[in-house]
Amino acid sequence: MIKQGKAWKFGDNISTDHIAPGRLFHLRTNLPELAKHVLEDADPEFASKMSPDDFVVAGNNFGLGSSREHAPQVLKIAGVNAVLAKSFARIFFRNAINIGLLVVECDTDKINQGDKLELDLTAGIIKNKTQKTEIPMTPLPDVMVKILNDGGLAKHIEKHGDFQLV
Amino acid sequence: MGKTIIEKIIGEHCQKNVKAGEFVVADVDVTAVQDGTGPLTVQEIRKINLEQVKNPERTILFIDHAAPSPRKELSNAHKILRDFAKKTGAILSEVGEGVCHQRLVEDYVNPGEILVGADSHTCTSGALGAFATGMGSTDVGIAIALGKVWLKVPETFKVEVTGDFQPGVYAKDLILHLIGLIGADGATYKALEFTGDTIRKMPMTDRFCLSNMAVEAGGKAGIIASDEITREYLESRGRGDKFRLIEADPDAEYERVIQIDASKLEPTVSCPHTVDNIALASELKDIKVDQVFIGSCTNGRIEDLRIAAEILKDKKVHKDVRLLVVPASREVFLQATKEGTLETLVEAGAAVNTPGCGPCVGVHAGILGDDEVCLSTQNRNFQGRMGNPKGNIYLSSPAVAAYSAITGVISDPRNLLMAMAEQRVYPFEKYI
Repeated sequence: MIKQGKAWKFGDNISTDHIAPGRLFHLRTNLPELAKHVLEDADPEFASKMSPDDFVVAGNNFGLGSSREHAPQVLKIAGVNAVLAKSFARIFFRNAINIGLLVVECDTDKINQGDKLELDLTAGIIKNKTQKTEIPMTPLPDVMVKILNDGGLAKHIEKHGDFQLV
Repeated sequence: MGKTIIEKIIGEHCQKNVKAGEFVVADVDVTAVQDGTGPLTVQEIRKINLEQVKNPERTILFIDHAAPSPRKELSNAHKILRDFAKKTGAILSEVGEGVCHQRLVEDYVNPGEILVGADSHTCTSGALGAFATGMGSTDVGIAIALGKVWLKVPETFKVEVTGDFQPGVYAKDLILHLIGLIGADGATYKALEFTGDTIRKMPMTDRFCLSNMAVEAGGKAGIIASDEITREYLESRGRGDKFRLIEADPDAEYERVIQIDASKLEPTVSCPHTVDNIALASELKDIKVDQVFIGSCTNGRIEDLRIAAEILKDKKVHKDVRLLVVPASREVFLQATKEGTLETLVEAGAAVNTPGCGPCVGVHAGILGDDEVCLSTQNRNFQGRMGNPKGNIYLSSPAVAAYSAITGVISDPRNLLMAMAEQRVYPFEKYI
């Protein structure tokens, strides 16, 4: 699978409060509306200026904080191709895979705002078309690949009637 | 090679020997969601025609984050949980019953069990010697429906704490210090096990505070071996028969050992906007405070309110400060009412609110204005956490919070507390 788009660069410790803030708690049962505010408290212009298929590119510990699955949900609904980060917080990472949002751990230091990226999942690399460089990605554990391939955890259970992971 | 507590518990729940790093599907004893995550749980399992509950008497739906509801959208979200409880027999914890994590330790979770909850601070129950971890709505939805969950067995960091706290220094200062030491992602994917003579003497309320904040270092669990103090707590809750001893083998394998001398700690504060951005309270006396919040799953227990009341007794909250107090549960509220603790706080000028999460989640009941400063006993100070990205949140113990509410600036309460300790005023005597 190959995905292409441009990079939106964020820093370290982007929390679930940045992605889907508590002040919009009342929109959690209206995810398309909540998605219009995605990452608003980290970059107020992101939601209105991003194009579907763009990549969110961040530093360390992306998605720290709350267990709210609404955070990966709104990134996915907004059309974000994948989140690339140097590291992820545990619950966010798991939630993202469960709902079918691609999250990729890789060295993002040399990716700049606006760079054109091509993600080649089969080869396990990110091509930075702007800078003409290639960045390797940390492979996902098999369990998570199985969940992603089934389209998320709910669909995995729907398909198999139980866990078919280990 | 021996086993860690986590390896023992997960192994028992998948009927095989497991080691850190392994992937397993394990049985779950207790499942929980709250009003921020539960409606999505219901929606997700409905979508795949799996609206069923494996263990209704051990599945709890908590209305605590926006309770009572401040808006119609949230009232409708609450209805989803009420309807689901009626339909499936799951337990509903209504408005005013309290924060899920406090209610879970009060009445539901036992040593050796597995709890998965759709709330990041589910790790609180680890203080009872359980494996308790936070997950998202779908993971917990599947666990509610099927009674199991997939897990990676985490490696464990041993946090060995020795020595006695100075008067005015508490478990909250210890955990803020630890997070400052290892960083907000210092224990990502790992379990923290708190051990050492300081922990063995520590009352359950302080152990809950430590386990609660394991996730603020990225941890998957914050676990404490069960002992006589755990047994006494369970007996006081009418669950003495659920006690079992669970502890790590002497030759268990730890990924990292961190040693802390509790006697060297000072009142510690997290500064905006990450929990690991710590400073000493004594270094922050120029920071004026607009709002003080004493409550939350971290520090809203009766012992926390007593500490605040002792400091605020016969004093007044500073004229430029509003003090919000939210007991963590109805039982805490009742006890604080009966013994006069709330009376003391209200006389000092506190505004008391319904047991629940209070203003910690930024939905209601204490949202900050632009550029305002809140000193809070909660566990998280991210930008926007208390409802306004232009607000600034500092985190501290109830003692620092209560004393700062009087002075109007962030203040180290040790001199006051040492003077009180000399008079052996309850409840500080346990620290001297």
